[in-house]
Amino acid sequence: MANGEILAPVSGSVWKIECTEGQAVSEGDTLMILESMKMEIPVEAPVSGTIASLTVKEGDPVEEDAVLGVVTT
Amino acid sequence: MPKITKLLVANRGEIACRIMATCRSMGIETVAVYSDADENSAHVALADEAISIGPAPAKESYLRGGAVIDAARKCGADAIHPGYGFLSESPAFADAVKEAGLIWIGPDSRTIEKMGDKDNARTIAKSAGVPVLAGSSRFALDRLDTLESEAAAIGYPVLVKAAAGGGGIGMRRVDDGTSLRSVVSKTQSMAERSFGDGTVYLERFVPKARHVEVQIFGFGDGTAVHVYDRDCSVQRRFQKVIEEAPAPNLSDAVRSEMQEAAVRLAESVSYSGAGTVEFIYDADRQDFSFLEMNTRIQVEHPVTELVAGIDLVAWQIEQAAGILAPCDQNTIVKTGHAVEARIYAERPEKNFFPSPGRIETLFWPSSRSGLRIDHAVRAGDVITPFYDPMIAKIAASGPDRPSALALLDTALSELVITGLSTNTAFLRRVIRSDAFQRADHTTKIIDDLLVPA
Repeated sequence: MANGEILAPVSGSVWKIECTEGQAVSEGDTLMILESMKMEIPVEAPVSGTIASLTVKEGDPVEEDAVLGVVTT
Repeated sequence: MPKITKLLVANRGEIACRIMATCRSMGIETVAVYSDADENSAHVALADEAISIGPAPAKESYLRGGAVIDAARKCGADAIHPGYGFLSESPAFADAVKEAGLIWIGPDSRTIEKMGDKDNARTIAKSAGVPVLAGSSRFALDRLDTLESEAAAIGYPVLVKAAAGGGGIGMRRVDDGTSLRSVVSKTQSMAERSFGDGTVYLERFVPKARHVEVQIFGFGDGTAVHVYDRDCSVQRRFQKVIEEAPAPNLSDAVRSEMQEAAVRLAESVSYSGAGTVEFIYDADRQDFSFLEMNTRIQVEHPVTELVAGIDLVAWQIEQAAGILAPCDQNTIVKTGHAVEARIYAERPEKNFFPSPGRIETLFWPSSRSGLRIDHAVRAGDVITPFYDPMIAKIAASGPDRPSALALLDTALSELVITGLSTNTAFLRRVIRSDAFQRADHTTKIIDDLLVPA
């Protein structure tokens, strides 16, 4: 039992969210894409499981290491 | 002739500061525009006047041509310099500036438009007798009938490119016919998703490629000169990292053919102002092919200025004001060698992820003859995630390439920036690498250096 927090790898803003709550995902899947300094930064699933929650929406600014959601295993 | 007495810089960061420095030496008043995120930034502090043009995201501020022109009207500026990026290659903005009765510092909108369309630029290059890379027609989503035959005609390996892409986004290498269709389909759907246009085309793949370019300056009367060449092969994510002038390790014949080709292209469109003709140099075949033409001042222009002793921004302003006398090619003389490193707020060890943050301490290299630093940052400044990660350019020149490289390495060893991560140490690794020292590197040099030994 190791739930995974989806963390922002860098400060920026949420450009695209490519998953929905309740969706089954595998570790390493791209869940969303952040935009920072004109670069697209993929945010990957930390573990395989189900998206329990997403705490951001597209366009939101995020700080590095902010929790963007949770994947339950 | 219209006189320029007050110039608005429609940009931010180091290029805004650099343009304003030339304005000051010409006795021209300067106006900065800024977004909410840049209210306390260096380019605002350095300008005679500064006008707010909107919220932090570029599309709500620096990309809003109307807001920029309103700002120019409000403060009584008579000219707009767009710098690079943002609105610098927008034909609509160039037109709007002129319609507002202001002087546009750049080539006319039709030239920007023609060169901005890759296909069109290729056609113009071909008709000016400039070599272009073998390529295919364009393939829309449901029109792939001639795909295989066109790929075979170019010869494998080929590069699949999204027509609406840029900066290396949406490029895939294909080695033979078996995977061609699937790669083309994947690239098409990616391009459809990312750019709203799934059109792709094929191009000859060059295994040992260098990025070499020629600085040109057109006088708008059908004559143009080149201001030598640059090599910008050191790139990460298809973005330049280290640039030098002249391009090393080129035969005299190739160099002069390339310079002449660039001038022919500029003259064929009666180019006005500063521009750069970019080529891909095939190190195996020792030939060059046209990539694109950038109709603006380039980030890496300092290396050209260092070897040619010319202020390109001053030329741009004088050309736009109609007071620049066309000059002969033989009056442009190159001395020595120059190399520039771009300091990015990023983490090379983490796949060059951006590293926005606050600069806590900042020590620039000591001032030395031949050293030039273009920047817009001070200790305490916040580097926001909204714009490009480049925070400074350090350029070094000397009588020859080894001395320029040594000076740059020394300068980088003295540079201290804390509070955020930069690529400074990585730049030194590149400069000291055997491949770069020997100048037999290709555009893959950074990937090669990152392969664990």
